[in-house]
Amino acid sequence: MKELLQRLTQAYGPSGSEDKVREIIKAELPGYETKTDALGNLIVEKKGSKNKIMFSAHMDEIGIIVTHIDKEGFLRFDFVGGVNPFHLPGERVEFKNGTLGVIGLEKLDKISDLTKANLYIDIGAENKEEAMKLVRVGDFASFTSPFIDLGNKVVSKAMDNRSACAVLIKLMQELPETQNHIVAVFTVQEEVGLRGARTAAFGVDPDYGIALDVTATGDTPKAMTMEVGLGKGAAIKVKDNSLLTHPYVKDKLIELAEQNNIPYQMEVLEFGGTDAGVIHLSRSGVPSGVISIPCRYLHGRSEMLDTRDLEAALALAKAFAKADLK
Amino acid sequence: MFLKELSEARGVSSREQEVRDLIREYIKPHVDEVFTDSLGNLYGVKGKEKKGPKVMLAAHMDEVGLMITSIEKNGLLRFLPVGGIDPRVLVSKPVFIGKEKVAGVIGAKAIHLQKPEERTQVLGFDDLYIDIGASDEDEAKKLVKIGDVATFTTVFGKLGDLCVGKAFDDRAGCTALVELTKLEFNCPVYFVFTVQEEVGLRGAGPAAYRVNPDFCLVLEGTTASDVAGTDEEGYSTTLGEGPAVSVMDRSVIAHPKVVGRLFRLAEENGIPLQNKRTITGGTDAGVIALSREGVPTATVAVPCRYIHSPVTVMNQSDLEHMIKLTELFVHDIAEKGVEN
Repeated sequence: MKELLQRLTQAYGPSGSEDKVREIIKAELPGYETKTDALGNLIVEKKGSKNKIMFSAHMDEIGIIVTHIDKEGFLRFDFVGGVNPFHLPGERVEFKNGTLGVIGLEKLDKISDLTKANLYIDIGAENKEEAMKLVRVGDFASFTSPFIDLGNKVVSKAMDNRSACAVLIKLMQELPETQNHIVAVFTVQEEVGLRGARTAAFGVDPDYGIALDVTATGDTPKAMTMEVGLGKGAAIKVKDNSLLTHPYVKDKLIELAEQNNIPYQMEVLEFGGTDAGVIHLSRSGVPSGVISIPCRYLHGRSEMLDTRDLEAALALAKAFAKADLK
Repeated sequence: MFLKELSEARGVSSREQEVRDLIREYIKPHVDEVFTDSLGNLYGVKGKEKKGPKVMLAAHMDEVGLMITSIEKNGLLRFLPVGGIDPRVLVSKPVFIGKEKVAGVIGAKAIHLQKPEERTQVLGFDDLYIDIGASDEDEAKKLVKIGDVATFTTVFGKLGDLCVGKAFDDRAGCTALVELTKLEFNCPVYFVFTVQEEVGLRGAGPAAYRVNPDFCLVLEGTTASDVAGTDEEGYSTTLGEGPAVSVMDRSVIAHPKVVGRLFRLAEENGIPLQNKRTITGGTDAGVIALSREGVPTATVAVPCRYIHSPVTVMNQSDLEHMIKLTELFVHDIAEKGVEN
């Protein structure tokens, strides 16, 4: 799992530019016929005669988009998805063509004055002309940060949500024959508003929807009050700002975790949303839930999770895929 | 071109009839089929039976305006905005209200009567009213009803090489679409004039659901900030440098292949094309792209200064280039398909 996680998290894939991640996933699932839809969602099916269950994990990560290149060759940018500008000075970015850059900060009187307008990217170009050979206005970039292995805990950029992509890949690799019809969707553009999952759900037209995604934790010094913590199991979502988990799905997940001795914890998230937010509203409605992976330092460059929680999330997803649902 | 006529026609969101009637007359001779749906979106269809990708071209008919919310005892009218309007642009502007085009002016306390501290305050919608010359509530009610909408009275004109008028957002796109109906394409083309874009992209979703296109291009009027008070790195678009393509805004990330193809076609044919350099705002593309199983979609727009105010200023050559580029693009799609 760690090796797969490392390859997935290190891949370039800001919202709308998920191609490289998609190629890695396709290569991991050679036994399947895969389909890429108009927006770029990767759809992988394992046919069955009973309920159609859509599992989704988004491939995209937060990033930046270039808005201006000045005479000296410095780039100005805006955010793709929820980026905290205070995280950025000194960070590094990578463009699709491999061009690297560092984020600089104008001189400020007070650090609280920092906004995206004070930040710029330096790609080492001498002037505008040289910069434009490497980067154009409208180009996207992702942040870079190496993968580190701390034992049970692992750290990288883009654990949100490549960790769930890894779980979904494993699910499809290891899934035995099931009565249920399983559709795994690796979605695009979640970070900019749950966009890929909306069109994918329309196309798949499932009976049940399960999103796999990371969630916040309350287990760090002076953290917000939240029950979820690293190493305590897969989190079964009760609510966030996009979804109230369907009671049947929630209770089924709890029942399956209990029956199979899968460590789990209940998640009540006071903000945020996942693909399940749009899947459950597709067509005439789809009972949906979320299996979450607890993750510290979300939307930073060093997102940390516990691989035991990944295994628990995988076990719970497998149990749901095999479950006799009404 | 019908830019003047379309700019001067009145069509606040949900009251697009005057604009729709004009466009229907303009496009009727050039398309195979014209119809309107239950929300008021207008469709012109051409080459329905042709092979090749089904292309949807969209522009919204509605404009921002004001809605009358109450009539005071003294006959003055209170109002709220329909769509995004900066209240600072409203004081002293003449307006037309309702179907009968009742004339009014937006009033506020004159400078002589203001206290010193009031002079530094921005007037909000609560401080403004429309005066239609009625002596009391009863007289006003004979002319205007609550729920009527008001538009600015701006007459189309020229400012040197530029033109000025109201609602180039998005009558520029409507004008382009009308011109494009005159051309022949080797694929089915649906020209869709949408309603209620300014209040939340409402008409375009149902329209895209109905048309179910393989590809969509949205033609718009967008912000140009090449003016005083903005540093160069904050410029969104620049007048006279061609239409602007948005890679990303608040509503959509354009299909990456579409953006690359637009720039390639522009370059090959000597048509200026610029990036929209800010990611603010949204267009009909946001909902069209997410219709059904998803539609590869992009937005191309004419840069307009001062949009959502009584006066918008644009360069007509940007509009002409947008029409030419769209023509080339649809031909390219008809020939090579959406995915190339």
